[in-house]
Amino acid sequence: MSTGMSASTDGRSDGQSHGTSDDANVVLGAPEIGRALTRIAHEILERNKGGSDVVLLGIPTRGLPLARRLAARLVAVEAGLEVDGLVGSLDVTMYRDDLAHHPTRTIGATDIPGSGIDDKVVVLVDDVLFSGRTIRAALDAISDLGRPRAVQLAALVDRGHRELPIRADFVGKNLPTALYERVRVLLDETDGRDAVLIEGGAR
Amino acid sequence: MRHLLSTADLDVAEAVRILDTAGQMAATQAREIKKLPTLRGRTVVNLFFEDSTRTRISFETAAKRLSADVINFSAKGSSVSKGESLKDTALTLQAMGADAVVIRHHASGAPHTLAHGGWTTGSVVNAGDGTHQHPTQALLDAYTLRRHLVGDGGRADVSGRDLTGLRVAIVGDVLHSRVARSNVQLLHTLGAEVTLVAPPTLVPVGVEAWPARVSYHLDEAIADDKPDAIMMLRVQRERMSSAGGGFFPSPLEYTRGYGLDARRLASLPEHAIVLHPGPMNRGLEISADAADSSRAVIVEQVANGVAVRMAVLYLLLAGGDAPTSSQPGTTNETKVDA
Repeated sequence: MSTGMSASTDGRSDGQSHGTSDDANVVLGAPEIGRALTRIAHEILERNKGGSDVVLLGIPTRGLPLARRLAARLVAVEAGLEVDGLVGSLDVTMYRDDLAHHPTRTIGATDIPGSGIDDKVVVLVDDVLFSGRTIRAALDAISDLGRPRAVQLAALVDRGHRELPIRADFVGKNLPTALYERVRVLLDETDGRDAVLIEGGAR
Repeated sequence: MRHLLSTADLDVAEAVRILDTAGQMAATQAREIKKLPTLRGRTVVNLFFEDSTRTRISFETAAKRLSADVINFSAKGSSVSKGESLKDTALTLQAMGADAVVIRHHASGAPHTLAHGGWTTGSVVNAGDGTHQHPTQALLDAYTLRRHLVGDGGRADVSGRDLTGLRVAIVGDVLHSRVARSNVQLLHTLGAEVTLVAPPTLVPVGVEAWPARVSYHLDEAIADDKPDAIMMLRVQRERMSSAGGGFFPSPLEYTRGYGLDARRLASLPEHAIVLHPGPMNRGLEISADAADSSRAVIVEQVANGVAVRMAVLYLLLAGGDAPTSSQPGTTNETKVDA
């Protein structure tokens, strides 16, 4: 998520050093994250009556490993699916509406599965759903890439404070937060361990 | 990065960042819809005091693909032909709200003057000044070299990589070439070894200070160095007087000594690629055999030029002025994404 987000406006601090995590409030541990993803995977299959038309697009940085984990769970449950044909990444940096308010962001990779997204059900996967602006940018990015039959949204954490009429179809955990708090998602693939933290509560 | 004036201003991290960004830009140019909304509302002025086809079109394409508004200005048919100074032209552009000025000028240092004269608040991109620098050409050459020669011949992901260990021969009119100057500095920064090959008359004074070796014999340089890439420079006849202008006895003799023909192409290592910044003098510095061979990446260089210029415009224009967070977020984020 680092390309897409910056700590000050979006309440996350991906790039921050990990020194403060000891004092932080761990709200989800590795087992909870695993269970939430398993449940979301089943919900995706249930809602779409199987996984044959589904494409999971992770939003870098942390949406991408989450999308891969979901894909692995879909493959494990449903016959005839392949992880590589199911998962891709969607970088939204160049579609953001706040580029001018931050230092230049590094552009991540966009990588769509070979079958494309036309007439598929695209499930956007992100770590934290907050203002909804990343998702708005993602919807614009998708419309430049093709015309999916439907777009759905899966987020590991929904922390509220939406600024746009956007909601998630699949949520790992609803976390009521104050605006000044920071929600950090750590994943094994990018950070060495799985955890969701809330920081900055004492102020 | 506020301006791009010279490749000497770039360190390894900055140069690799531009190449990586260019890689992502190139990926978007393979799509059906090539236009991105990134620089909507920004204005890019192409200020060309010297003739150019591919550089101007390349910058114009790059800006338009990022949704910036483009104003093209060429000295011919403008107030410059009535004697307007660079300063007054710059003030006019400033009044019109140019966010970036892409300048090509026959005088070395004109972009530097424009950037530091206090006449414009926009970013200045050097698109070639006199015999000084042409940084975006060097960046697109480096991008092309990295794509073909680093990693798995273009198939593996090369982002984050520099050009360490590559040997590049730059052949021809080094004296008049801003492309050679920009390339020597950038390729050296990126870790490549550069050999300049030219007749003694076309080697500039002070070349000893450049981070490159100099050879006067093309065949020896090919045999000794076994270059991974050979970059042929255009013989800039317009900067010389008639014929060879005293720099070489005759075009035929130049071709014999320094032209890339089928025989020399065959003597290069099998994986070596041929670059040329264009426009080519076919039959003078490069034969049709070499220019049209499968190892020539000259047309691809033009396509890569658009991606590299998109990357430069993105990095100069997309970000805001003041960092909003006190954390060293951007540097860490770069690592995460690399």
